[in-house]
Amino acid sequence: MMPPMDHPTPPVSPIFGRLTIDSLPLHEPIVLVTVVAIAIGGLALLALITKYRVWGVLWHDWLTSVDHKKIGIMYIILGLVMFVRGFSDALMMRAQQAMAFGDNAGYLPPDHYNQIFTAHGVIMIFFVAMPLVAGLMNFVVPLQIGARDVSFPYLNNVSFWMTAAGAAITMISLFVGNYARTGWLAMPPLSGVVASPDVGVDYYIWGLQVAGIGTLLSGVNLIATIVKMRAPGMTLMKMPIFCWTALCTNTLIVAAFPVLTAVLALLSLDRYVGMQFFTNGLGGNPMMYVNLIWIWGHPEVYILILPAFGVYSEIVATFSSKRIFGYTSMVYATVVITILAYLVWLHHFFTMGSGASVNSFFAITTMIISIPTGAKIFNWLFTMYRGRIRYELPMMWTLAFMLTFTIGGMTGVLLAVPPADFVLHNSLFLVAHFHNVIIGGTLFGMFAGINYWWPKAFGFKLDRVWGKRSFWLWVSGFWCAFAPLYALGLMGVTRRLSHFDDTAYQPFFAVAAFGAVLIALGIACMAVQIVVSIRNREALRDVTGDPWDGRTLEWSTSSPPPDYNFAFTPVVYDNDAWWDMKQRGAVRPTEGFRAIHMPKNTGTGVILAALSVAFGFAMIWYIWWLAAVSLVGLFVVTIGHSFFYKRDFHIPVEDVMRIENARTRQLAPEGVAA
Amino acid sequence: MNAQTHEDFGGATPVFYDLDEHDHPAGGSTALGFWMYLMSDCLIFAILFACYAVLGHSYAGGPGPKQLFELPLVALNTAMLLLSSLTYGFAMLTLERKGASVRAVQGWLALTGLFGLAFLCIELYEFSHLIHEGAGPQRSAFLSSFFTLVGTHGLHVTFGLIWLATLIVQLGTHGIGPDNKRRLMCLGMFWHFLDVIWIGVFTIVYLMGVLA
Repeated sequence: MMPPMDHPTPPVSPIFGRLTIDSLPLHEPIVLVTVVAIAIGGLALLALITKYRVWGVLWHDWLTSVDHKKIGIMYIILGLVMFVRGFSDALMMRAQQAMAFGDNAGYLPPDHYNQIFTAHGVIMIFFVAMPLVAGLMNFVVPLQIGARDVSFPYLNNVSFWMTAAGAAITMISLFVGNYARTGWLAMPPLSGVVASPDVGVDYYIWGLQVAGIGTLLSGVNLIATIVKMRAPGMTLMKMPIFCWTALCTNTLIVAAFPVLTAVLALLSLDRYVGMQFFTNGLGGNPMMYVNLIWIWGHPEVYILILPAFGVYSEIVATFSSKRIFGYTSMVYATVVITILAYLVWLHHFFTMGSGASVNSFFAITTMIISIPTGAKIFNWLFTMYRGRIRYELPMMWTLAFMLTFTIGGMTGVLLAVPPADFVLHNSLFLVAHFHNVIIGGTLFGMFAGINYWWPKAFGFKLDRVWGKRSFWLWVSGFWCAFAPLYALGLMGVTRRLSHFDDTAYQPFFAVAAFGAVLIALGIACMAVQIVVSIRNREALRDVTGDPWDGRTLEWSTSSPPPDYNFAFTPVVYDNDAWWDMKQRGAVRPTEGFRAIHMPKNTGTGVILAALSVAFGFAMIWYIWWLAAVSLVGLFVVTIGHSFFYKRDFHIPVEDVMRIENARTRQLAPEGVAA
Repeated sequence: MNAQTHEDFGGATPVFYDLDEHDHPAGGSTALGFWMYLMSDCLIFAILFACYAVLGHSYAGGPGPKQLFELPLVALNTAMLLLSSLTYGFAMLTLERKGASVRAVQGWLALTGLFGLAFLCIELYEFSHLIHEGAGPQRSAFLSSFFTLVGTHGLHVTFGLIWLATLIVQLGTHGIGPDNKRRLMCLGMFWHFLDVIWIGVFTIVYLMGVLA
């Protein structure tokens, strides 16, 4: 079946490929205004950096840094910046759906609306949730296991920059050309070259391929770090729960992301070379794509949620001033979820017609996942039981998660029943469900984690008043925005619609839009919280390095930690290692320091990322000469880097002594011995 | 703050800090990390094999394996790749010998590269022959999955050859040190891994395709 050729293939210029002046969004006022605003903001930022002469600091201390803490912070900044973009898309969709009833077509043309829901999904998963998760793991894991960096520090820098390059490629689609209109998984035949001949799907493919390399390498890196670099005495069953969840998440990454890489490569071959993997003619099988993409896609949701579970476990124990309840069961629950994550993918398409037996198998495995997850919820509750609970911000987010996520989990079990799924598939009920678990699970977890570890990263706490405002706006906004979607889904409203004929739905969408506004205010309060905290940093200062009376090793060093994390590697006897040290009166050594062996910074990651953006852009626009040049560049730079054999140096003992003596003086007036 | 019992550590104060720590040798995690990378690469091949298994009979009215594949040529090709693994093994044995000469290691590696190059040339000849006969990757889902599976393996061999050439140069510039030994070990794992994948390709695509 050939659709009408209303997109005749434009000629491909040898110099500019299929890039023309029409590729710029000059005729789309909404996009144009956005682009101009971003351009002005970007220029203002560059001007400020130049004015305050921080280019050097930025380059030497941050962009080229191989320090896992700085890379972690950069990941989180990337995630938060992209969050603003992803959330703007959400607001636009809520506004459109609240007004586009009957004769009112709304303010977004369908073509633009389709790009927005695709970009929203892709950005929120790949460039918000993933960087936030990767950022927290990078920052926290080496500190918690008492290591000085990750196993492969240079690779870590490359991983971050590849993720940033993927985000850049995706963002360029806003300025030049357009984005996919296919939904966030780009299912063929819609994403095939016949139905989507222009650059949208190609932006999707190359953005994800480049970012995927970063994610995979980062997964390998963190597994090796956790397996090989734990402090003496820290057996696997003495690791903090967050490290366990990080280990499982990265195992999932290494075992799932190659599938995404492969399936997107096959889609590219269909689109670029004219192969027949997922086409409707000459033997292709689009259902193969659906299976393959969900074999990656389902583990992906556990990649996002497991680290959040880890964050909550750390926070519940710390703020209940108790050891985590059921440590061993927590570890096994995490591992069981990791394994089951691979055995449930088909529940995303029960309606595809695999038959009753296959559907039953996947329905049962899906329901079984709720058992280890439920065990975790009970473990957190029992940790709190008779604990001395402190309702600090991280703990508030954790409680909001436990209530919200439990409901999201239950609607998930409901969707796992194939007959129910036949009714609810592709409906707003599904949309409400996965937002319920991703926002209520992953995102709340990231907010909890950012509030929890912020003092470790910067040496002062986040402001509580604005944090609470943000918290209440977020939680109430979330329920306002998504409870109506559950109701609408049960009434049969399908997802991804830009216009409705039946005005009876309008009140529900109005409430959902109001919820989105509440969330917007929550985000604004979060921004204010950060600004206010930075301004009041002296009042919020923590000199002990242990502001929450923590239990794990990251709280044993100063805040922010020195480049080398620990002057002396701690020796571990208990799974709450730092708590154990405090209980038994461990004394921080104040002399006998040595020079510390550390990896050198490198600019190679930035260069590789820039070349990858050029390569991706060239492939998207068929600018073959640029693709060839940047590909050769990638090889040359990679090989060139391998000719540097001296990649390490020693922090001189004088520097270590200066830093550690300053900390000794800082701790002395407080009367803290450890 | 918390008046919990301070456990005695058998009378002695436990050591909470490693006061006598030495530099950790670089590359302690490399073997593990590289194995994980290889397994992730293996998954890519698993997906391509799965595609071949699902689409391998979708000829779309076009030619199938029996008409297209010439087993003697593939046997020759397989021999090239297996011999290259053998010579790589000799390179590693030479490397481990006391007072190993850089020249000898480079020689074995160059021989490995020649066998690899021969393998690639034969594969490209086979591909061009198929395309010339009208059995290109666009012809049917079977041919798409065939070209992609075999071509991805060939692409890996190409990367391996570039890596091999780089290491031959680096052996010349930096000699046989722990860094280069580690790099050669990684390339060795990569090279033998490609052999294992090829055994799968040879069996499932060619033998089962022609003889089944």
